[in-house]
Amino acid sequence: MAVNRMFRTCPMTGLRVHQPAEALIKANAVAAVVSLLVGGVLALLVTLTRWPAVHLLPADWYYLVLTAHGINMLIFWIIFFEIAVLYFASSTLLGCRLAAPRLAWFAFLLMVLGALINNYAVFRGDSSVMFTSYAPMGAHPTFYLGLIVFAVGALIACFVFFGTLIVGKEERTYIGSVPLVTFGAITAAIIAVFTIASGAIILIPTFLWSVGLVDHIDSLMYRTVWWAFGHSSQQINVSAHVAIWYAIAAILFGAKPMSEKVSRFAFLMYILFLQIAAAHHLLVDPGLTSNWKILNTSYALYLAVVASMVHGLTVPGSIEVAQRAKGYTKGLFEWLRKAPWGNPVFSGMFMSLLGFGFLGGISGVILGTEQLNIIMHNTIYVPGHFHATVVLGTTLAFMAVTYFVIPAIFRREVSFPKMAQWQPYVFTLGMTMVCLFMMGAGTLGVPRRHWDITFAGNPLGFEFPGMAFLMMGLMGIGGVLAVVGGAMYLLVTVHSVFLGKKIQTPGFAQVRVVEGAAPAPAQPVSAALQAHGGVGAWSAPGTFALAMVFLTAFVLYYFINWNYLSTVWPLR
Amino acid sequence: MPEATRNVTSQVSDELEEGIPVMQHILDNPFILLFLGVVVPTVLYVIWGVMEIIGIPIAK
Repeated sequence: MAVNRMFRTCPMTGLRVHQPAEALIKANAVAAVVSLLVGGVLALLVTLTRWPAVHLLPADWYYLVLTAHGINMLIFWIIFFEIAVLYFASSTLLGCRLAAPRLAWFAFLLMVLGALINNYAVFRGDSSVMFTSYAPMGAHPTFYLGLIVFAVGALIACFVFFGTLIVGKEERTYIGSVPLVTFGAITAAIIAVFTIASGAIILIPTFLWSVGLVDHIDSLMYRTVWWAFGHSSQQINVSAHVAIWYAIAAILFGAKPMSEKVSRFAFLMYILFLQIAAAHHLLVDPGLTSNWKILNTSYALYLAVVASMVHGLTVPGSIEVAQRAKGYTKGLFEWLRKAPWGNPVFSGMFMSLLGFGFLGGISGVILGTEQLNIIMHNTIYVPGHFHATVVLGTTLAFMAVTYFVIPAIFRREVSFPKMAQWQPYVFTLGMTMVCLFMMGAGTLGVPRRHWDITFAGNPLGFEFPGMAFLMMGLMGIGGVLAVVGGAMYLLVTVHSVFLGKKIQTPGFAQVRVVEGAAPAPAQPVSAALQAHGGVGAWSAPGTFALAMVFLTAFVLYYFINWNYLSTVWPLR
Repeated sequence: MPEATRNVTSQVSDELEEGIPVMQHILDNPFILLFLGVVVPTVLYVIWGVMEIIGIPIAK
């Protein structure tokens, strides 16, 4: 069978883009944005229902909408986008052809089919089982079938990615180690394989149970194995968005990591230990011993937390070093003040880094501590935490890189540039409010996934303090603002891709590249993205000052929670 | 690509292979990493967790 070896050299970046890879990146990115659109509309409905003064939907619709919102956002939006990232980080960054493009299209079609089947199941109205779908709460068989079909497609896409790494190595389009951004994508793909395998282990028997071929699904067994799928799927995001942080630092500043060795080692810590963070969902479950819980959270997980702190230090550190080299050396923060805050690629990435670290990271460690977990377990603090990691961290990073992808891959100018400039700020402000007020309300005991916290009409009522209602109201305002920010992103993206002005480049052509061809001469952006070696300098005082602020906030908040725990169960 | 260029590329690559630390060899092999990344959480989290659940005595 003839192999498509048509490439174009991107005039903007100097990267060599394989024709089929480009088409697949576009298709997966478009599917991701469609999922985001569906999930975003549903997010507005969820927000307006949990805002006590509005309380929009009736109970049955609320649980239906919440289920669809969770799956469309946490699975479909994120994983479609991640597959686009994998193809970019392998084929484009290695300058090689994508392995098995037809198989990749088959994977894409399976993923689309799976997403459609699952949404069909949820919107039928008999599968409002939430993202977690805890057995013995049963959904329609098509609910599980949709997820399985989607997961098979994603797994095939991961192996196309691994195949592309082999193609690059065999055809010698790169020499030595893969670039750091590609290494981050490898990390994401490895976690994806574990995630999907875990999903298969639990979702296939559950599907068989839903059609009556299996008698019983043990609820604790389900929860334990399901979380290896459910939480690990979010760890794919972490690896992918960290890779994007490094990519954006290289693209915008020509920044090299402060130490490539340390950054790669931090990714290795992710590969080994990030997935087991899933155990924090089971910290209050009887049946699993403290040995299992503590090793999987408070020991091994901390190695992955340290890895995140390494990335959180080295990405802004590398930007600071690059900025200082350009002459922004005044004081601690001139490099940061003079950064391109009007460029949504940078502003989105930097706010993603701050939101992920300060809000998502710290609250994640609190939830991962067995003793502290009991204070907030299954309260709205938990969605507060994961909206900080998955939305402020991952979604915002994906939004930021989209503003680079539109001209580089779609060859279109970004429409409504002013709106694009403001979009990350509006989205960050709204989502920060959502996260903070969810966490605040959760600390006061407000449950997650609860239609009515007033318990109106129930024989056993419970009255939350007025502060809890205030926080839920402020969360609602923040949620609406975040939806506005999301809508701005969708408007800019969809308009740019379908109606945006085409970027014309004189002499632009697709070129057939023979097997084993040497990479095209690198231009600045591609050189930075594909380069190796750290800057070998640790002269980033501003970043270290920021790191100290982070560590102080971390320690203070950690001990505040221990103090809070002591008031929950006072020793007399 | 001309044969001479191909040979030069191959030579540079072979020279690079020599003297690479073991850790870098591991980090450069995505399939070793894939193996580790699947086995470690499978043993620590899934197998250990499932064994504990199986070990819970059934109520009479």
